[in-house]
Amino acid sequence: MKTAVIVFPGSNCDRDLAVAFEQATGQKPHMIWHRETSLPDGIDLIGVPGGFSYGDYLRSGAMAAQSPVMRAVSDAAAQGRYVIGICNGFQVLTESGLLPGALMRNAGISFVCRDVRLTVDNSQSAFTNLYEKGEEILVPVAHHDGNYFADAETLDRLEGEGRVAFRYAEAVNGSARNIAGVLNEGGNVLGMMPHPERRSEPAHGGLDGKRLFDALASA
Amino acid sequence: MKARVTITLKNGVLDPQGKAIHHALEGLGFNGVNDVRAGKMIELDLADGTSDAEIEDMCRKLLANTVIENFRIERA
Repeated sequence: MKTAVIVFPGSNCDRDLAVAFEQATGQKPHMIWHRETSLPDGIDLIGVPGGFSYGDYLRSGAMAAQSPVMRAVSDAAAQGRYVIGICNGFQVLTESGLLPGALMRNAGISFVCRDVRLTVDNSQSAFTNLYEKGEEILVPVAHHDGNYFADAETLDRLEGEGRVAFRYAEAVNGSARNIAGVLNEGGNVLGMMPHPERRSEPAHGGLDGKRLFDALASA
Repeated sequence: MKARVTITLKNGVLDPQGKAIHHALEGLGFNGVNDVRAGKMIELDLADGTSDAEIEDMCRKLLANTVIENFRIERA
């Protein structure tokens, strides 16, 4: 499997994500600078990493969503390639319209940086099929704008179509219906605020995030 | 030619920043404040002849996230 990690000015989880991709697939990902207008041929999986792209100017992810490379990422997603956006990457994917909803300032205003319990809501997707439905996992979060918002109709549709991948099992940021991660309609794009790449080797204190990358590697 | 774009959160969208400002005002003894909503203002210096439709397009594509925000355009 060939992978790529997008790098924006202000990304800071790009190398962590690259390590997670490499450990799962056995191949180093292509690191793609935001100015690129195309992706290398044959990329199967694209990671949009966490960080503070463009200093979170205007809104988190808003500037990155307009960068040249995101057009190529949207095209790849439309062709069914896998795309995972983590933390700021999730914000970028909602701002680009690849995922519904928006990520607002945490309800408690504070930046939240700690391990949180998640429940796996959909264990059928290419991202989550190595988890059990309803399983509780521990994954770190580190964000200021993680409060997922969508109108009631959109939330009903996401739930009805099994597109909620993960929910918070505890109060974290005020997200609507405790949503921590959502899938697109095709099931090939996932956005999530928690950082599975920060819980994917023993030195991280657990391996709960690793199964997500292992699942993708065999997708 | 200048235009001013005011961006506010839609009604019903929780505004934690506004709430914090509200609490701070109460802390200062200003008790007559019923609610506070925070937004942002963006001033555009535009070429003469820029149409309303173009400014609206700027708002929809970048300046506002219409999932959560409303915008209002005023020409100065």
